[in-house]
Amino acid sequence: MKILVPVKRVLDYNLKPRVKADGSGVDLANVKLSMNPFDEIAVEEAIRLKEKGVATEIVAVSIGEAKSQETLRTALAMGADRAILVTHDGVAEPLAVAKLLKAIVDEEQPGLVILGKQAIDDDSNQTGQMLAALLGWAQGTFASKVEVEGETVNVTREVDGGLETVALKLPAIVTTDLRLNEPRYASLPNIMKAKSKPLAQKTPADYGVDMTPRIETLNVSEPPKRQAGIKVGSVDELVDKLKALGVA
Amino acid sequence: MKTLVLVEHDNATLKDATLPVVTAAAKLGEVHLLVAGKGCAAVAEQATKIAGVGKVHLADDAALEHQLPENIAPLIVDLMGHHDAFLAPATTTGKNIAPRVAALLDVMQLSDIISVDGPDTFTRPIYAGNAIAQVKTSDTKLVITVRGTAFEKAASEGGSASVEAVSGASDAGSARFVSAEVAASERPELTSAKIIVSGGRGVGSGENYKALIEPLADKLGAAVGASRAAVDAGFVPNDYQVGQTGKIVAPEVYVAVGISGAIQHLAGMKDSKTIIAINKDEDAPIFQVADIGLVGDLFQIVPELTSKL
Ligand SMILES: Cc1cc2nc3c(=O)[nH]c(=O)nc-3n(C[C@H](O)[C@H](O)[C@H](O)COP(=O)(O)OP(=O)(O)OC[C@H]3O[C@@H](n4cnc5c(N)ncnc54)[C@H](O)[C@@H]3O)c2cc1C
Ligand SMILES: Nc1ncnc2c1ncn2[C@@H]1O[C@H](COP(=O)(O)O)[C@@H](O)[C@H]1O
Repeated sequence: MKILVPVKRVLDYNLKPRVKADGSGVDLANVKLSMNPFDEIAVEEAIRLKEKGVATEIVAVSIGEAKSQETLRTALAMGADRAILVTHDGVAEPLAVAKLLKAIVDEEQPGLVILGKQAIDDDSNQTGQMLAALLGWAQGTFASKVEVEGETVNVTREVDGGLETVALKLPAIVTTDLRLNEPRYASLPNIMKAKSKPLAQKTPADYGVDMTPRIETLNVSEPPKRQAGIKVGSVDELVDKLKALGVA
Repeated sequence: MKTLVLVEHDNATLKDATLPVVTAAAKLGEVHLLVAGKGCAAVAEQATKIAGVGKVHLADDAALEHQLPENIAPLIVDLMGHHDAFLAPATTTGKNIAPRVAALLDVMQLSDIISVDGPDTFTRPIYAGNAIAQVKTSDTKLVITVRGTAFEKAASEGGSASVEAVSGASDAGSARFVSAEVAASERPELTSAKIIVSGGRGVGSGENYKALIEPLADKLGAAVGASRAAVDAGFVPNDYQVGQTGKIVAPEVYVAVGISGAIQHLAGMKDSKTIIAINKDEDAPIFQVADIGLVGDLFQIVPELTSKL
């Protein structure tokens, strides 16, 4: 079985986003961009399925500016076999990304597509579900456990009330939650090896997908700042404050 | 504009998560509700009483028992033939279903909105709430998920909507519910609690969490939460997690114990009215957002606090 893993290049999760003064967005010039953390988990899960003999090939895909190559090289260094870059400058909305991914799925015929549950820049949490809808496949979102058994994948999902397990007919869509696994670091030899793994370059036009955004961002602003308050010196003072708040 | 709101429920009772979504929908136009499930007539009955609701669509079918998006999305798409906007709570159920509906309608979803600024204009947090975007959609049908803490709850009494049965649900056959592990708790529910006590990695273990955080929460009548680090370390189950990728909360009082205040955690609780932090590191980032801070060892402070309340 082939596994397709879409990976997005985003502002590194350790960095605090800076909102541009003109309100046009978040400043991404001269800052570190990395693979979306949930997508690292997706790549790791695919590799583990390959190590278990369930998967035979892992194809990483990214849609974005040319530099997204670096993100794909990271996926290849972790253990993906080959990569596809669909070059696109500007906003790629989840619906357009899902349409591109559908076209790639039609070509590649994977048994499983593993995506992140959300990209930590737009926080959309949509692409996997949209892809599942476009393909008419079942979806196991927010996965904390994935087990392939014959023609079925059992997915344990992190839901608001606790955990839920669903059995999905393959081919299917999985989106990852944080506790699915802990992604490995790429070793230096593997980083070197990744440089010679195949990376195909495509454009949205190759797949006939219109990238025109449906949503226009009018303005991006800083959230209201919270002021640091006071420090109390003892538990008794804290109790007094709680009483003043009416909670004790 | 006619809106359709997905009711969150467990086939027996309507969940509070529905109520702020009704408020958001009412800002757009006429509000209809959809109760989809199995043996869920009692939920529809409760739904008719929500103030401001015009009609309740009731789809009662075995295929809808577990809110499987494969089965429920096509039904919603049918109903969207005569509605202009579909709104769902930004809960794990809403987030699972709404994008599937959006793709089938060929529209973009507006995720996790925090205000309705016009018929096509909304505000939503991005980058874990470190930036706030005002966005305008060109789609003619709207699909929206709503952040519950950003809207007042609609009154759950006072309405008198009619119920209309919806037929045509079917099992897509591609997904099957296997099991659920739902933690039962006597404590208030995290996302609607007035007071929350959360423990982080500093608490050290599940035993300590039980011995320190829970008694404090019980004294305050509070819900309990946790940081990701505490969940990952196995102190508490996943549904306790507060943050960018956990639950978004905005209680009257949020008490953070042994939590450093990473941006992903702050994303889930910084709209709390009063934040109280207990941490031994006086430079911990949590103190930059806390209204009241107490620097010190939680193993001394928390038992003393619990006994003095
Ligand atoms: C994609 C992504 C999503 C994430 N989503 C979330 C999320 O939704 N929610 C979330 O919480 N995190 C999330 N995180 C993780 C986040 O970055 C932090 O790692 C996490 O919040 C840290 O948890 P913590 O504060 O409990 O632990 P730490 O950062 O280790 O802090 C522990 C604190 O306890 C204090 N302490 C230790 N011992 C004592 C003592 N005896 N007395 C008093 N204080 C003590 C320490 O001073 C320290 O400040 C996410 C990360 C990523 C990459
Ligand atoms: N431009 C992109 N390129 C590749 N994968 C993407 C892209 N955008 C989104 N994805 C995938 O979809 C997931 C969810 O993203 P989102 O719906 O934007 O929150 C991500 O974790 C990725 O796996």
